[in-house]
Amino acid sequence: MRLTVNGRSFEAETKLSVLALVETLTEARRGVAVAVNGEVVPRSTWSAVPLAEGDAVEVLTAAQGG
Amino acid sequence: MFEKSRLILGTGGANSLAALEEAIVASGTDLVTVALRRVDAAGPGLLPMLDRLGVRVLPNTAGCYTAGDAVKTAHLAREAFETDLIKLEVIGDDRTLLPDGVELLRAAETLVGDGFTVLPYTSDDPILARRLADVGCAAVMPAGSPIGSGLGISNPHHIRLIRQSVDIPVVLDAGIGTASDATLAMELGCDAVLIASAITRADDPAAMAAAMRHAVLGGRLAYTAGRIPRRFHAVASTSDEGLARW
Repeated sequence: MRLTVNGRSFEAETKLSVLALVETLTEARRGVAVAVNGEVVPRSTWSAVPLAEGDAVEVLTAAQGG
Repeated sequence: MFEKSRLILGTGGANSLAALEEAIVASGTDLVTVALRRVDAAGPGLLPMLDRLGVRVLPNTAGCYTAGDAVKTAHLAREAFETDLIKLEVIGDDRTLLPDGVELLRAAETLVGDGFTVLPYTSDDPILARRLADVGCAAVMPAGSPIGSGLGISNPHHIRLIRQSVDIPVVLDAGIGTASDATLAMELGCDAVLIASAITRADDPAAMAAAMRHAVLGGRLAYTAGRIPRRFHAVASTSDEGLARW
């Protein structure tokens, strides 16, 4: 399954939930937010929301700035 | 909103997390603003450090140029940080980094409707400040001068006009270069100042953070103490009564 994660091509061998994808990127939970195809995915639903072929995922967190 | 400190610290421009931490401690702030970026670019450590220091997080929409982008970023920030607070930035161009008033007002209205506590970074335009207050913003944060310029407060009269135009807190955001700029902001009646570059890019950020802490305290005290009027001629401070005559 091919995804775009934070602007980069991402190849997943199996079907992934949002939670499973986040776990490959960061150990943090607090301070992390996810949007799939431009829509915010509430953290409480991460484990229940499956990703689909071609999804564009943004996984964001706190950075210095502003 | 500002029981503990009237200084909000921005985090952009710091050389290292350690330097930022020292500056936060020295500033005495309890409210620190952070941007939202992709996890691979942001790096770990910022949020755990802020949590360890016990300071509150004020997420911002830095980097957004449209109301739509800013609203989306605000919703992501609410998910990430479990706070309704949002420092709303909608920038007009990358040369001045000044706010786009039209997009800003649109985003502010939407976010207030979505239940956010909206603190918009705005220009020093008293009319726009009033419009932002009218749509329900929790504070207005006018720029003293462009972000990172260190030019201070280019139009003190407008900051005073904004103070008189709205009943919500006024936070001087952007442009402060050194301690006297922060003091002036407070003397003009601002409720707080937001400082990033002037501290994080100083030669000694922790020392400048301490300077700003005192500057804000001094300016606020001077404002509430009520300054003497400016007069054209001298007014003697010593009475002539009892003066020896020869």
